[in-house]
Amino acid sequence: MQKEILIAGFGGQGVLFAGQVLAYAAMDAGRVVTWIPSYGPEMRGGTANCTVVIADEEIGSPLVKHPPVVIALNLPSFDKYEALVQPGGMLVVNQSMVDRAAKRSDITVVFVPGNEIAEETGDRRLLNMVMVGALLAAFPELQLDDVKAALKAHLPEKHQKLLPNNFAAMDKGYEVAKGQLETAAV
Amino acid sequence: MPKELWKGNEAIAEAAVRAGLQAYFGYPITPQTEILEYLSRRMPELVRAFVQAESELGAINMVYGAACAGARVMSSSSSPGMSLMMEGISYIAGTEVPAVLVNVMRGGPGLGNIAPSQSDYNQAVHGGGHGDYPRIVLAPATVQEAIDLMGLSFDLAEKYRMICMLILDGNVGQIMEPAEMPEMQPVANRNFDWATNGAVDRPRRILSSIYINPPDEEATNFRLAKRWLEVQANEVRYREYFLDDAEFVIVGFGTAGRVALSAVRAARAQGIRVGLLRPITVSPFPFQVIDELAVRARVFLVAEMNMGQMYNDVRIAVRGRVPVEFYGRTGGIVPFPDEILAEIHRIAAGRLAAEADPRGAWLARMEAAR
Repeated sequence: MQKEILIAGFGGQGVLFAGQVLAYAAMDAGRVVTWIPSYGPEMRGGTANCTVVIADEEIGSPLVKHPPVVIALNLPSFDKYEALVQPGGMLVVNQSMVDRAAKRSDITVVFVPGNEIAEETGDRRLLNMVMVGALLAAFPELQLDDVKAALKAHLPEKHQKLLPNNFAAMDKGYEVAKGQLETAAV
Repeated sequence: MPKELWKGNEAIAEAAVRAGLQAYFGYPITPQTEILEYLSRRMPELVRAFVQAESELGAINMVYGAACAGARVMSSSSSPGMSLMMEGISYIAGTEVPAVLVNVMRGGPGLGNIAPSQSDYNQAVHGGGHGDYPRIVLAPATVQEAIDLMGLSFDLAEKYRMICMLILDGNVGQIMEPAEMPEMQPVANRNFDWATNGAVDRPRRILSSIYINPPDEEATNFRLAKRWLEVQANEVRYREYFLDDAEFVIVGFGTAGRVALSAVRAARAQGIRVGLLRPITVSPFPFQVIDELAVRARVFLVAEMNMGQMYNDVRIAVRGRVPVEFYGRTGGIVPFPDEILAEIHRIAAGRLAAEADPRGAWLARMEAAR
């Protein structure tokens, strides 16, 4: 088994941390995992993306040209990565930041109003956790509970108070995505 | 110890601390700065020496001084900063004191960019400072390997009184992987019989790289060369993948080697008999294993993130017996496995370069694809 996830957006949207949460969960589940970032020289506002590879054996390349799973947090990322997702793959889009429908029909595209959900949950910075939750609705390699446990296990003590909101954000993203996937399947 | 998720640069820094690093001198430069940043916190916490020098020149000469005193000492930098250190590196080599250096390589030449590259291979392995000096160069491809080699580098540097350099492309510095740290080694006073660490109740020692009398300098050059023969005989390290029945052999180090592994697996799934040799020591270079592979392989393909630097060493080992093809990405671009898989398909189909140096044909293909 090997599965790659690419997460892309603006710097400041929590792209890199979203990937790290998945990497921790994979590690705690006993998997082999790599996390690798790619970003411009800007601290905020530039492009940022990271690739997480989860496998059962030694991982070769930490980067793939055609990932099976992509989370796009803004329009430039949606534009760039919709074309690159593997046929049959999944694209989770932050609907709050895009103004168009999907062009491809050979991949599953899930639209999640991430910014709105994050704000309703209490903090716009929860966007990344909403989108991670949405991904987990269709990612059998990792379970929602495992990712929550990993976040709890690896979050420094001083940030532990943020866990309830982070869990709530993941749950809401998960539910929205699950609902869409079930509707699509009918 | 349980595995933790470590970023390459920070893992290297902690591994050095656990190996008993006594002093670090450096100057910030991307994509290496996390090493310095991590040690700026960790070293004072352990009451060990950390200095952010005024420049790379300052840093390498502080390393030189601490090395003469027999301390476990290191510096780290990235390509342009490493170039600035070269004079000091030559002096350290000429003085025959151990020092550990880390180069997290970025796109070049010149100021270049901050993206991952392997374009300092020649500088690290063949060139760099002036004069005839050997050095050990290790090229980790994973975080665990970087941790293990960091510890080893101090032992090798001290055993052979030689510079030991780790070269990492920026990818290995920035990647996070689960890895296991070694136990903390206590800081040891190694009391080397050559160290200028205070002449109390013993005769004075002098360390220098100056030999005004040519026969003395020649004797020094011979001594270094003899020590190098010992390193070549004992310290070659590499990883082999699927080489037992391989008709086609890919050679790649660091991240290029990892990327090639993905391509080799995909090609194997298609029934192509291809294997991978990933050098871990690029100096001493694994000439002998390539020499042996050249007897049974049909074609070699060297994959690098440069214009073909290790390529020349592979060609020396192959000695013209079979074609040695080349594929590289440069400028800070990391190849995808698909690109190397396409190259495997090309060589398996027998579409080889007509010229003695295949890099011309490679360049033409790259430009046509742009």
